[in-house]
Amino acid sequence: MSDESTVQPTAPLPVAALDDPHQLPYAKHPGRAQAVAVVAMIIGILGCIGFGITYWVSDQTQWQAVTLGVGLLGLGFGVTAWGKYLMARGPFVEERHPFNSSDEEVKEMTAAITQRGGIVVARRKLLGGLFAIGSLAFGVVAAFPLIRSLGPKPGRALFVTNWRRNSQLVTVDGRPVHKNDLEVGGVLTVFPRGFAGSSPDQTILLRIEELGPEDPPLSLASPGRSDWTALGYVAYSKMCTHLGCPVGLYQEQTVELVCPCHQSIFNVLAGAVPEFGPAPRPLPQLPIKVQNGFLVAQDGYNQPIGPGFWERP
Amino acid sequence: MIDQSVRWLDDRLGIAKGGRTMLDKIFPDHWSFMLGEIALYSFVVLIATGVFLSLYYIPSAHEVVYHGSYLPLRGQRVSEAYSSTVGLSFDVKSGLLIRQTHHWAADVFLGSIAVHMARIFFTGAFRKPRELNWIVGVTMLMLGIVNGFLGYSLPDDLVSGTGIRIAYSIIESVPLVGSYLGFFLFGGNYPGNGIIIPRFFLLHVLILPVIIGGLIAVHLGLLVKQKHTQFPGKGKTEDNVVGTPMFPTFIAKTTGFMFMTSAVLLLLGGLAQINPIWQFGQYEPYQISYAVQPDWYMGWLDGALRIMPSWEWVGWGHTLPLEVFLPAVVFPGLTFGFFWGWPHIEKRFTKDVATHNLLDRPRDRPKRTAFGAAMLMFYFMLFAASSTDVMANFFNVSLNVVLWTFRVIVFVIPIITYFVTYQICNEMRAAEGIGKRKRAMVVSRSDTGAYSTVTAEPRPGDDAHELDAIPVPTYINLTPEELETGPGVRRVMR
Repeated sequence: MSDESTVQPTAPLPVAALDDPHQLPYAKHPGRAQAVAVVAMIIGILGCIGFGITYWVSDQTQWQAVTLGVGLLGLGFGVTAWGKYLMARGPFVEERHPFNSSDEEVKEMTAAITQRGGIVVARRKLLGGLFAIGSLAFGVVAAFPLIRSLGPKPGRALFVTNWRRNSQLVTVDGRPVHKNDLEVGGVLTVFPRGFAGSSPDQTILLRIEELGPEDPPLSLASPGRSDWTALGYVAYSKMCTHLGCPVGLYQEQTVELVCPCHQSIFNVLAGAVPEFGPAPRPLPQLPIKVQNGFLVAQDGYNQPIGPGFWERP
Repeated sequence: MIDQSVRWLDDRLGIAKGGRTMLDKIFPDHWSFMLGEIALYSFVVLIATGVFLSLYYIPSAHEVVYHGSYLPLRGQRVSEAYSSTVGLSFDVKSGLLIRQTHHWAADVFLGSIAVHMARIFFTGAFRKPRELNWIVGVTMLMLGIVNGFLGYSLPDDLVSGTGIRIAYSIIESVPLVGSYLGFFLFGGNYPGNGIIIPRFFLLHVLILPVIIGGLIAVHLGLLVKQKHTQFPGKGKTEDNVVGTPMFPTFIAKTTGFMFMTSAVLLLLGGLAQINPIWQFGQYEPYQISYAVQPDWYMGWLDGALRIMPSWEWVGWGHTLPLEVFLPAVVFPGLTFGFFWGWPHIEKRFTKDVATHNLLDRPRDRPKRTAFGAAMLMFYFMLFAASSTDVMANFFNVSLNVVLWTFRVIVFVIPIITYFVTYQICNEMRAAEGIGKRKRAMVVSRSDTGAYSTVTAEPRPGDDAHELDAIPVPTYINLTPEELETGPGVRRVMR
């Protein structure tokens, strides 16, 4: 900070004259202003003491907030009133001096950099080059542990789930799903046996109709999938193809699955194609069948589940 | 005592000369200058409450059985992060107050930054020589949003866990490297190997706060170096600052303001419930809640994700999830790039290369003001779009209608806003006597029932307290002579 930027007045700051038109109404009555500040600060002190008592007597969040809040509010109001009405408020003027240098000084600085740097680097091109290469090498290799050590490579992990041929459908508690477990309109989150609770395997099982083994299978407006359902049950990946939220809302009347995060709506009877919202792809369907009265997967998913990523074909 | 201390320090550091100048530093009196102070003091409250919270919070995904005093959760298997957050809310005295105050302080911190930034924008305070400080401020806003997200992710409750899931999918949407970035950050396929909570914790309590704290120091240092801007008015020029001195007046007022800001945050924290994680329950990747929204400062991104059409691009054996990548990666990138570049962008239109210490009145720069209002409206519409489901329920209309309405009005309303604001600015500039304190009018009724209006007696301060309107040129056209007046401050003739 330069010496020039001192402030007028350098004498002790005067209290603004009471007839100064800039003076605030309260400041014209210092006694009244002080009384306001005194009351505020006393309320502040009482509030702080009140907080102390509240803390020891009970652990009531609301009372703690009110006492401490009022305490700080009172103190803050008092100090503000003190500053605003009872301290020098001027207005005072501080001169603003240009802090930028003269043209000459700027030129000298620029010249110092370019000339000195230019001469030194031009004379020792080898050293300059080596140091540049070395720094670059350091930067690159330093990134290895900083980034590469953080986690494993994706590999095939995003392409596969733990669903296999004949994987038994189990609930999150690991209980196998029986063919009579769901009423029509019922939904259940299921996992392959041994992987209950696993994120990529989450699958939503719905019962659309009560069908017997002899009835024609559930008609999905999705060609080639007529034998992917069993007894009116149909199963889809529960992971939204938009951002991976669980597609957890089922509207029974319209037979639609709704993602609560960004409101994508999937038509269950048309192979869970997205009818609305930002989801780009249908929920992958898990082909299921009944084996000894329990539901099992005919096979795993035939495509990566969840949101899109670059390597997805 | 004081005398000896000052002498002791001055012999070693030479503080007296500069220190005296600091004590006399002038702060302009205008309420809008307090917006930044709210942000600063919210940050102080965030640090203080955050240190308290970190004494009890355990950043671990390790599964434990909850044994605390909240009965509905007893016996459930939850993560240590969740268990310790519920624990510090219910089993640590004043814990709930401090935790909720911390959350409110974060919301107020970012809100006050946004309003402060709007003030800087509309009054042209970002112009030369303050472009650097504008960039520092925009950077703090961005880091603050990121740190807010990290913070509300830490309790590992159902709502925040869903947010982390969405963040993972957004990272996954980046072309070429997305799945690698996701696997590296989370230590594997979502939900990873439990390392994300300790990593978020480290970022939230150490790395980002240190960077933000450093930037605050730079922000205030530049402010002292370049001195405050001020609104034009009597006695105020490009070459001075008019106001109250740092010591004692400003110190007293700002200390009081810090106390009052903290008081309001405490009152919010104790009386207005925020983020009741014990009601949401532990996060499980296969569970979800209805009508979940992120904290308000993430709303514009959530809204953008909701109204984006499903434009996934597939080809050459690859998938580019544009329905995620555009609104959640490209759009915020463009937003902050645009904010950072704004002082330069405006300069390209106005050709104004002069140094400015006097602020613009928004109405005197109708194009900038109209553009800023349109931008604010654009982001507000995106924010509102993050509640499409709630609105559909509330107004009892179909979700489809709400979504398509937003897809249209998110662009239409800002355009209307531009022209309306532009018109208002011009009409305000044309009005006579605007900005002056109006003399009171006395209406009296005579004996015969006739009414008459007379101007009241002048009161002290009439016409003096508010400022005379000073015409400001819409465009500053610099002549070559003006440009050659030297490297110093160029005085804009007003």
